[in-house]
Amino acid sequence: MQLPSELDDLYQDIILDHYRSPRHQGLLHDPDLRGEGFNPFCGDQVVLTLGLDGAGRIAEVGFEGQGCSISQASASMLTGHLEGKTLEEAEALVRTFKGVMQGGEFTPEQEDDLGDIVALEGVKRFPIRIKCALLGWTTLQDAISAYRKTRD
Amino acid sequence: MYDVAKIRKDFPILDREVHGVPLVYLDNAATSQKPRAVIQALSDYYERYNANVHRGAHTLAIEATDAYEEARAKVARFINAPSPENIVFVRNTTEAINLVAHTWAVANVGAGDRIVVTEMEHHSNLVPWQHVARVGGAELKLMAMTSGYELDTSDLDELLTPATKLVALTHMSNVLGTITPVAEVVAAAHRVGALALIDAAQSVPHMPVDVQALDCDFMAFSGHKMLGPTGIGVLYAKADVLEEMDPFLRGGEMVLEVTYEDATWNQVPLKFEAGTPNIGDAIALGAAVDYLSALGMDDVREHEVALTRYAMERFAELEEVPTFGPSDLSVRGGVVSFYMSEIHPHDIGQVLDQVGVAIRAGHHCAMPLVRSRLNVPATARASFYLYNTEAEVDALIDGLNQVLRYFGDAASKRA
Repeated sequence: MQLPSELDDLYQDIILDHYRSPRHQGLLHDPDLRGEGFNPFCGDQVVLTLGLDGAGRIAEVGFEGQGCSISQASASMLTGHLEGKTLEEAEALVRTFKGVMQGGEFTPEQEDDLGDIVALEGVKRFPIRIKCALLGWTTLQDAISAYRKTRD
Repeated sequence: MYDVAKIRKDFPILDREVHGVPLVYLDNAATSQKPRAVIQALSDYYERYNANVHRGAHTLAIEATDAYEEARAKVARFINAPSPENIVFVRNTTEAINLVAHTWAVANVGAGDRIVVTEMEHHSNLVPWQHVARVGGAELKLMAMTSGYELDTSDLDELLTPATKLVALTHMSNVLGTITPVAEVVAAAHRVGALALIDAAQSVPHMPVDVQALDCDFMAFSGHKMLGPTGIGVLYAKADVLEEMDPFLRGGEMVLEVTYEDATWNQVPLKFEAGTPNIGDAIALGAAVDYLSALGMDDVREHEVALTRYAMERFAELEEVPTFGPSDLSVRGGVVSFYMSEIHPHDIGQVLDQVGVAIRAGHHCAMPLVRSRLNVPATARASFYLYNTEAEVDALIDGLNQVLRYFGDAASKRA
């Protein structure tokens, strides 16, 4: 029995690479922002911590999590695109990614910017896994929202 | 003679393909497939005698009422209840347990009292009791699981104090397949004056169950896991207990006489069936019970034990894949939970789906058991039923070998 190639769309090498060797592992000791996400459907968990510099840009990122390959790889990929961004820019990134997961397309410009993240587009063909792919991203959005509330 | 090939012909869905390959349905602990007789009973009701029950003098109403009450009688006979009046139709196991929690328990469990459950419970037999304990000021205690995944009854006498009002336990774990010694626990509960509730969602569909032999006060199970439709379930309770219990939901059908100020209750069990009940699904559950009874539950159990034994042998060939559950098949149902340390159950389920094999991945609505006792974030689970075959077990094992190869290959490509 041969495995169908659709699986290769979902489990692209770059995704499995992030799953095996997640980037930015480990939580920051004294983070400015912290978020925890949980997907009760399959028990995926992501904890995300961010440190800001004097100008309010993201200077440090650390995450820990456990769960399926898609949830962990997606969170790992996200962490690689946060350093140097303002919180508004990070939110814009979350919006872009969510838009694509919900049926939109990356623009050619975004594809250039996002690099490895584009590999996650294959998840769209497996609707049940979209929630997994979004976990790290919604966790980031929650962390930013919570941070803003404490500053109000 | 138990003829699986013949049985499979009764289940239209088993003919279908997924992703271009034959369906191998191994998610029976979640829900079972339905034989043609059950589907037919449902459409017969809607095509030929759809009417409301227990009211109206016309022919259709009488036929519908007779069929509905006959279904109740079939269910009663199936679990050897003394009378159809011991059977309350509800939506599912969860509703049956909540009915007891919101009526009997509210009246009988208070400050300083104790409720005992086991570490193996499904959320449906844990969360309602957390609520009852919190609201009433009672304490919720746990019966532990042994390292061999069986129920530890060694400290039963210390656990069941005179303050204990209820012991609520699973008859068969939906995660581990463990069959618990319910008769022993029920007897221990009764010795301290407590009542006993059995969550039989996984046992009644798969083995002979006799409520009088077990002597339980309550038993809850779902129709859809035993070849019946979704939306119909059963609460069994002893007659004297049902008599003294307050109604759960109030409204039509459950009343005898109503004034603008007050109302009196209909007889048991109608007292607990407010509003128009789920008539069609109850009748179809009756057809499911007929189907199971014709096969014989001893034979169903024997078939599943043989299949589980074969599955355990095949799993033993996979070194990388530990399983959870009792090794003694006399105390184990047809459930195999397994784990691959480097591959998340959700990913296992995804790859298996592509080769037609349907299993469950996750915490199986038993989060504390999976995370705190098995110490894994989730498991993958294959669960068998009366129509599964050794060839389907082989398909599962082949699929798991593909999973190992796929993720192994994918990892090595990187290097």
